[in-house]
Amino acid sequence: MTASADHQSHGATSTGTAGGDEASYDEYDEGRVYHVSGADWDEVVTAAVGDDRPGDERMVVNMGPQHPSTHGVLRLVVTLDGETVTELRPVIGYLHTGIEKNMEFRSWTQGVTFCTRMDYLSPLFNETAYCLAVEKLLGITAEIPDRATVIRVLLMELNRIGSHLTAVGTMGLELGATTVFIYGMREREKTLDILELITGLRMNHGFIRPGGVAQDLPAGALERLREYVRIMPGLLGEIRALFDAAPAFLARTRNIAYLDVTGCISLGVTGPILRAAGLPWDLRKSQPYCGYETYDFDVPVRTSADAFGRYQVRMDELDQSLRIIGQCVDRLAESAGQPVMIGDAKIGWPAKLALGPDGLGNSPDHIAHIMSQSMEALIHHFKLVTEGFRVPAGQVYAAVESPRGELGCHAVSDGGTRPYRVHFRDPSFTNLQSVSVMCEGGMIADVIAAVASIDPVLGGVDR
Amino acid sequence: MTERDDQAPGSQASQSESSPSQGSTAVPDPAALAGRDRLAEQVARTGMFGTLTTGDTSGYGGLQVRRAPRLPSPRPYGSYFDEIADNLDAALTADGSSFAAAVEQVVVANGDLTFYVRREQLRAVASKLRDEPTLAFEMCLGVSGVHYPAEAGEELRAVYHLLSITHNRRLRVEVTVPDADPHVPSLVDIYPTCNFHERETWDFFGLIFDGHPALTRIEMPDDWRGHPQRKDYPLGGIPVEYRGATIPPPDERRSYE
Repeated sequence: MTASADHQSHGATSTGTAGGDEASYDEYDEGRVYHVSGADWDEVVTAAVGDDRPGDERMVVNMGPQHPSTHGVLRLVVTLDGETVTELRPVIGYLHTGIEKNMEFRSWTQGVTFCTRMDYLSPLFNETAYCLAVEKLLGITAEIPDRATVIRVLLMELNRIGSHLTAVGTMGLELGATTVFIYGMREREKTLDILELITGLRMNHGFIRPGGVAQDLPAGALERLREYVRIMPGLLGEIRALFDAAPAFLARTRNIAYLDVTGCISLGVTGPILRAAGLPWDLRKSQPYCGYETYDFDVPVRTSADAFGRYQVRMDELDQSLRIIGQCVDRLAESAGQPVMIGDAKIGWPAKLALGPDGLGNSPDHIAHIMSQSMEALIHHFKLVTEGFRVPAGQVYAAVESPRGELGCHAVSDGGTRPYRVHFRDPSFTNLQSVSVMCEGGMIADVIAAVASIDPVLGGVDR
Repeated sequence: MTERDDQAPGSQASQSESSPSQGSTAVPDPAALAGRDRLAEQVARTGMFGTLTTGDTSGYGGLQVRRAPRLPSPRPYGSYFDEIADNLDAALTADGSSFAAAVEQVVVANGDLTFYVRREQLRAVASKLRDEPTLAFEMCLGVSGVHYPAEAGEELRAVYHLLSITHNRRLRVEVTVPDADPHVPSLVDIYPTCNFHERETWDFFGLIFDGHPALTRIEMPDDWRGHPQRKDYPLGGIPVEYRGATIPPPDERRSYE
């Protein structure tokens, strides 16, 4: 069905839906507008070319926001000359939920519950960046218990594996390799099972808190982790076997979506894209946090600066994450029984929860203490939970290396019990700017590979 | 912890470690002078809970919280910070300007270095920071807005975080502008990554970045009114009913700030 003011003279039938829109376009500004809904493509082209402007094949096409391969609610406005992309503009904001604004109306501890929902594929990185910023403002960075820091590292690396497997799997799906997607999701499921065992949830954990982590590891976690570290290399090898030398995959990713180091740095692009361009910049090595300087791991680098290089960097990072997890397990086995929350009772919640008969967590000893032993403890508990702790006025910036690059948290306090302003420098948001540079001048089919290789998570882009 | 609690809320906690310079000149008790300075400051908030919609039943309804005076940090700043300041001074002096003319104030707190740059000088400072080999802040990590409605004449802030990969250093540059004239020069041609970030800051705070190629809304719909992250913009929300009790929306609940 083709319908527009012009096409009616060419004999195309018009219905009420399309006909109603005609007046809303200003043809002087927009150029000629063609409505395409279920028509035969040849008819559209004939109608378009057959009029007074033959050969005008420039088309402006919307990819998204519901296109299945734009990785989320991302809209790309693509100007095409035939199959060549001449201009590409990303349009975002469809998933904006005002998380930063909401955090200003909750206590510092409650902020974790909000920021974990930003980049939903790497929630534990959001939490860590936020908590590192709050701890820096409080000046308690050195007082965080070692065991809590090791658990943070462990969770982050597990999360990195889950995120990279999604990135690689969906990249396969979008390029037509559904088996890789299934393999990726299957392996990610093993990762999420462990995260669920430790934190209780598969995503939106809210587990890392200012001062430490919410709980210690449950019984049996270390055995599960050892098993995980043992079997994962073989499973990752299956994905490599499917992808590393597949001619169709290589043809669609090699020398596609090229972006060199200069381009990355001027566009603020970090993470696997920058490392695939040849710069070994990883905050875990260059500006270590959470004790990363004490772990033994490498920073994978490629120099091809294309979509295939980014895939390779992600696969190599999976191996490195497994190495770090193995070291975390050893350290956790040694430090069993040590605290996981800061000793300062003005900051650390009394979070030693046991599983109740209704399936919800509670702390029977603590309840007995505050309800029948100490009035002061009850007041303290009430103040800490409802009012929260005060954070000295000032501003800080704390950054972590998320699976997508530098995830920064700019936290501002006015001395109150709520954040005055929290801004997240999300790597997806920044990296997405580079999609125009990667795609313009290329083919329309390569846009898919480019977006997949950037791996933007729209929850993080829009926040 | 106790000293943190003893402080009046919202008072000068931040720069307490770097507080010097004040009252050091001549005679009387510096504490009395500091107290007088505090009393001369604007009232940032009244009452215990900082809320306008529900009654303040705490007995602290008459409480006045004054805003903290902004205190500069003295030399030496410590760490690599002095080197950055010296190198920037040299680069600006070679161009006929100077560090003192471009940077209003230097604050070192929480291990971060912040330059408060005059907005007329922002572009000159940014291009020096990027191009000078001794500074080499190649990467800008975007701009973040902050709104301080109580600070007359300097309500809006644009905060830039810069990263030098060459020297492995970080720097924060803050620009202060009044709400009545919210113009900041755009850095898009110096740091192209600021494109999205400046659009976001315009969208949320109404800061106008002069020279930006297409300063349009990015997160909110194009026809949205207002700038949602400003403090005078309500959070919104609806009351929630739970087992017969009604809980007001978050921005109308009492706050302990």
